[in-house]
Amino acid sequence: MAHDPDLFEFLCRMGDNTLVLGHRVSEWCGFAPVLEEDIALANIALDLIGQTRMWLGLADEVEGAGRSADDLAMLRDVWDFRNVLLVEQPNGDFGQTMMRQFLFDAWHLRMLEALTTSTNTRIAEIAAKAVKEVSYHVERSSGTVIGLGDGTVESHSRMQAALDLLWPYVGELFSTDKVDVAMTQAGIAPDPASLRAGFDAYVGGVLAEAMLTIPDGDFAHKGGKTGFRHSEHLGHMLTQMQWLQRAYPGSSW
Amino acid sequence: MSSVGNEYPQSKVETPKRSEWPLWEVFIRGQHGMNHRHVGSLHAVDAEMAIKNARDVYTRRNEGVSIWVVEAHHIAASSPSDKGPFYEPAESKIYRHPTFFDIPDDVGAM
Amino acid sequence: MYAQMVKSEAADDSPEAISFQARIDAGEKIEPKDWMPAGYRKTLIRQIGQHAHSEIVGQLPEGNWITRAPTLERKAILLAKVQDEAGHGLYLYCAAETLGVSRDDLTEMLLDGRMKYSSIFNYPTLTWADMGAVGWLVDGAAIMNQVPLQRTSYGPYSRAMIRVCKEESFHQRKGFDIMRKMSNGTPAQKRMAQDALNRFWEPSLMMFGPSDKDSVHSAQSMAWKIKMNTNDELRQKFVDQTVPQADYLGLTVPDETLKWNDEKGGYDFAEPDWAEFYEVLKGNGPCNRERLAARNKAWDDGAWVRDGLSAYGQKRAARKVAAQ
Repeated sequence: MAHDPDLFEFLCRMGDNTLVLGHRVSEWCGFAPVLEEDIALANIALDLIGQTRMWLGLADEVEGAGRSADDLAMLRDVWDFRNVLLVEQPNGDFGQTMMRQFLFDAWHLRMLEALTTSTNTRIAEIAAKAVKEVSYHVERSSGTVIGLGDGTVESHSRMQAALDLLWPYVGELFSTDKVDVAMTQAGIAPDPASLRAGFDAYVGGVLAEAMLTIPDGDFAHKGGKTGFRHSEHLGHMLTQMQWLQRAYPGSSW
Repeated sequence: MSSVGNEYPQSKVETPKRSEWPLWEVFIRGQHGMNHRHVGSLHAVDAEMAIKNARDVYTRRNEGVSIWVVEAHHIAASSPSDKGPFYEPAESKIYRHPTFFDIPDDVGAM
Repeated sequence: MYAQMVKSEAADDSPEAISFQARIDAGEKIEPKDWMPAGYRKTLIRQIGQHAHSEIVGQLPEGNWITRAPTLERKAILLAKVQDEAGHGLYLYCAAETLGVSRDDLTEMLLDGRMKYSSIFNYPTLTWADMGAVGWLVDGAAIMNQVPLQRTSYGPYSRAMIRVCKEESFHQRKGFDIMRKMSNGTPAQKRMAQDALNRFWEPSLMMFGPSDKDSVHSAQSMAWKIKMNTNDELRQKFVDQTVPQADYLGLTVPDETLKWNDEKGGYDFAEPDWAEFYEVLKGNGPCNRERLAARNKAWDDGAWVRDGLSAYGQKRAARKVAAQ
C-alpha cells in the first residue's frame, strides 16, 4: 500500500477512538456497581481493544514506517492522538460513563455500518467484524441509559447531569475536515455530517424514553480528532498507559 | 447550555424497597443443535436485562447461540422425596437406551 | 487455597444425619432441596462465600495493572483474566444462594469484615512481573485446590468448580508465559521476575493455610467432602510442581533449605512465617485496608445505580400489568 497520509490519519482516528475509550472502560474492572455489569463492561473494553489492534495494525501497514499498533498506541504523545474529545473524558460516576458510551456507540454503529461498504476492502472487513460487536454495545448502553434515566429521582438527575456535561462533545463526531473530504471522495468513508440525522433520530428516541432532555444550543468542543487541542485528561491517561514502554524502552513483553 | 425546566415526574415507586435484583436461571443452547442446558444463574431487574447479562456472563467463550432465562422462583421442582417413585420406574426401561440393542459390527454405524 | 481456615460446624448423630453421611460416602451429590444437617449448610455457606469473596477481592491486585499493561495484547489478556475472576465470583455466589443466603447478605458480610477472603490478596502488585507471578503461583496454588473440589459433595458447588476450572486453565499458563518472557528478557526484566518470585513465594505457600492434620474442623469437612485434601498435602504438591518450573525459568526459589528428599519423593522446604499469616488475617497485611476500602467504595458508589435500575424494572413491570 502506498503511503497515503489522509488514509493513515483516518485509521488513527478510528483506532484512537477505540483505544482511548477501551482504556477508559477498562478502568472500571473490579469497581462496577454489580458483578454482572463489571463483566459486561469488560466485554465492551475487550471488543474496543480488539478493534484498536485492527485499526492501528492497518494504519501501520499504510504508513509503512515500521510503527506497529503497539508502537502507535504506546509511543505517540498527546498531539499525535486523533481520538475525539468525548472518549478521553474521565469516567466520572457510572452514569457519566454510560452516557459517554451511549453517545459514542450511537455514532460508532452508524460509522461502522457505512464503512462496511468502503471501497477499501480491508476497512470494509474490519468494519464488518466490528459492527456486530458495536450493535450489541448500543443495545446495552441504550438500555442502561433508559433504565437509569427513568429510574429514581437520583438516578434521573445524575443521568441528566451526565448528558448536560457530555452533549457539547457530540458535535465533534460529525465535523468534517480535509481528511474526511479525501476519504469521502475516494469512497473509503462517509462524510461524518451525513451520519447526523440518523444519530439524532436514534439518540432522540432513546433519551425521550429515558425522560432526559437534550440541552439547548449547538456549541461543540473540538480539537480531538484533528489533534489540534486535546483536553488535559488525555495526557494523564497516557502517563499510565504508556509508562512501562517508556520506562523500559526496547524491551519485549 | 442547560436542561433547566426539565421536570422529572415523581413516581409512585419513589424510594424502591432496597431489594436485591431477582435471581434468574440461565439456559443456553450451544452451536451443535443440542437442547438448551442449564448453565447457571445471575441477577437482573427484568427478563431483558437477564438475557443481556446472560450473554455477557455465560457466553464469553462462544458457548451459545440461544439463551433462555427464567426467574428462579417460577421454577417448579420435584421434591427430593419423590425421587424413588419419579425416577426408578425409568431405570427398568433399559430398552429406551440405544446401548440395549446389540447390533452386529458388520451392520455398520447405526 | 481461596478458602482458608473455614471453621466447620459439628455433625450431629440424628438418623437423618447418619443416612446423609451414607449418601456422601456412596459418592452421591447433595442438591439444594435435599435434607442436610444445619452444620453442613453453615459450613458450606462460609466456605463458598469466602471462596467467592476471594475471587472478587482478587480482581484488585491484578486489576491494578490493567491500565499499565505494556502492549494491547497483554492488556486484553489481563482484562479477560480479571473479568473471569468476576465471573467465578458470580458462579460461586450463585452456588451459595442455593443454600438460602443472598448475594447481598454475603457482600455485606465481606464489606464489614465479618467474612474473610484469601490472605494472598492483601499483598501488593508492584511490577509487571507480578502479573506473571500471580498467575503462575497464586492461580497455580488455587488450581491445586479447585481441581479436587470439582468432586465435592454439594452439587451446585461442584458444578461451579467445574466451570471455574475449565476457565482457569488459561490463567496459570498466562502467568507462566509472562514469567518466561521476563526471565528471558533484559536484565531489568529478569530482576523484576526474581523480585516477584521473592515476594510471592511465602504468601503463596500460606494460601493453603496452616497445617490441619490434627484439626477437627478439617476432619469434619473432609468427611462431608467439602474439603478434599489436607493443607499439607496440597502445599507439598504445589512445591513439588513449582520448583522445577522455577528452575526452568532460571529463577531461584527464596528458600535456602529447599532440598529434594528422595525418601518422601518430594521437596523439603521451609514453613512460611505463620505469625505474618495470622497478622494478615487480622487485617494487618500490607493491603488489607486498601482492598476493603476499594470494595466498600465500589459498593457504596454503585448503590444509586442498583436502586435506579431496580426502580425502572418495577415501573416497567407495573406498566406491563396496566397495559394488559
